[in-house]
Amino acid sequence: MLKVADIETFYGPSQALFGVTLEVAAGEMVALMGRNGMGKTTTIRSIFGLTPASRGTIEFESQNIRRLAAYRIAKAGLGLVPEGRRCFPNLSVRENLLVTARPGGWTLEKVETLFPRLEERRAQMAKTLSGGEQQMLAIGRALMTNPRLLVLDEATEGLAPVIRQEIWRAIRLLKEQGQATLLVDKSLSEILPIADRCTILEKGCTVWDGKPAALDSTVRDRYLGV
Amino acid sequence: MINTTPLSKNAAPATHAESHFDRKGLVQMILLGLLLLLPVAAYFLGHTYYVNLASRVTIIAMAAVGLNLAIGYGGMVSFGHAAYFGLGGYVAGISAYHAFDMTPFMSWPFSVPGSDSLLVVWLAAVVLCALLALAIGAISLRTTGVYFIMITLAFAQMIYYFANSWPTYGGQDGLPIYIRNTLPQVGNNLLDSSDALTYFLICFTGLMLAMALTSRLMKSRFGAALTMARLNDVRLATAGVSPYPIRLVAFVISAAITGLAGALYADLNGFVSPSMLSWHFSGELMVIVILGGVGRLYGPLAGAVLFVMMETFLGGITEYWQLFLGLVLLGVVLFAKHGVMGWLAGSERNE
Repeated sequence: MLKVADIETFYGPSQALFGVTLEVAAGEMVALMGRNGMGKTTTIRSIFGLTPASRGTIEFESQNIRRLAAYRIAKAGLGLVPEGRRCFPNLSVRENLLVTARPGGWTLEKVETLFPRLEERRAQMAKTLSGGEQQMLAIGRALMTNPRLLVLDEATEGLAPVIRQEIWRAIRLLKEQGQATLLVDKSLSEILPIADRCTILEKGCTVWDGKPAALDSTVRDRYLGV
Repeated sequence: MINTTPLSKNAAPATHAESHFDRKGLVQMILLGLLLLLPVAAYFLGHTYYVNLASRVTIIAMAAVGLNLAIGYGGMVSFGHAAYFGLGGYVAGISAYHAFDMTPFMSWPFSVPGSDSLLVVWLAAVVLCALLALAIGAISLRTTGVYFIMITLAFAQMIYYFANSWPTYGGQDGLPIYIRNTLPQVGNNLLDSSDALTYFLICFTGLMLAMALTSRLMKSRFGAALTMARLNDVRLATAGVSPYPIRLVAFVISAAITGLAGALYADLNGFVSPSMLSWHFSGELMVIVILGGVGRLYGPLAGAVLFVMMETFLGGITEYWQLFLGLVLLGVVLFAKHGVMGWLAGSERNE
């Protein structure tokens, strides 16, 4: 479905990615891992054309998307939940969900069933929501565009444990429904049981790729230990 | 994407209840009431001057409503809205000139006669301003920030100098409109546009329609998308919506409103000159929008009232009235963050 091969990305003169390769197949949940500053978010930004990769290939459903404008990439069927629970603060919950919606399996009702809190708060300004609710809204907004591949960047970072549980429950539900997902997260205990594959980045390169079961303590200490 | 269905059809009761009788509603109603009643009273007391002054306030408010759609709601700081105001004015002037002279405006490839009908003038002003804004916007909106400001200014200046040096229509001396353009005869001709009060009411209707259009637009899905494009266009793009066409449509509508105001202005004064196209006027419109409250429905009206009042009454006392305008602007920017409307009516839901 998504094939990223050997991409290199620069922020001005400084190179951030030196050869990232990763793949997500239909219905698969892939976890993109690595320590802070290793290039996870840059990889996501490159996939979405926000910081375009200058070398390598990015293919989505056999279409080369590397040089497309961000909105065309999203239109091709990728949905992004950006880092830091980003919704539109000055619009209502409903507006956040509806304005960028595209037809498909996910409707307002389904998103509100997934996150009942959003239904309670549908007329409120997004900025009046709690952090966890804003994250739910960000996920709901991405789902409403009915992406064939959903990309979650640090979806549970900095949230209260209760809220994290609720979001992981939603992610597991998406997995059961066969939603193809690329997941950036650090909580191994949550990722390992549900991920189909893990891709680990170090210093802007893909250094490990495999089943979660193969992710033994050597690999963990080498690439993920703090 | 451009869809104007309301978003709040069956939404739960909004927390920010929009009653007509809260502080904001009251301020708005008083403002409108005064604008409507004072000229009527002045008319029957025989002070036509004040009726025309009210028309001037109304028309400038309407031009600012147009600019507010671009600046306040769309985040597009256009420094060239005088171009549309002036074009609207020249449409009225040129059309009347040819109707008066009974010469065609152009005879090749097809014949276009002049017209002294307001309806024709308005339609032409709106269409031509929309087309001009489509061309200018299509290029300018490829830039952002200070470059957008400069490029819109540059286009407006091109048109200004063109009008200044085109002798057919008066060049820098401008073009008089000897007889105000007219409305079609209805019954006993209650709509005599040369009557000061009737003309004020026409302008007032125009302002109301422009504000209603803005309000309706901003409550629609299109308006929410425009807000998104203003708040964060990258976020909008990653949801699969290109901000560019949304901004362009808003820019075109904004210019069309300002252009219609320009046509009304030329007919009010019976005169159109390049000064309507000058960057001073673009600046004044911006000052009015900022004074009144950026992104506020009633902001342009409040700003225009304040601006024209200061211009008229302080201007009558001293020719340095703009010094006081500067002080008021300073005060508003420093102490009333959301303009006069923000100060009078409290903050709005999206501030």
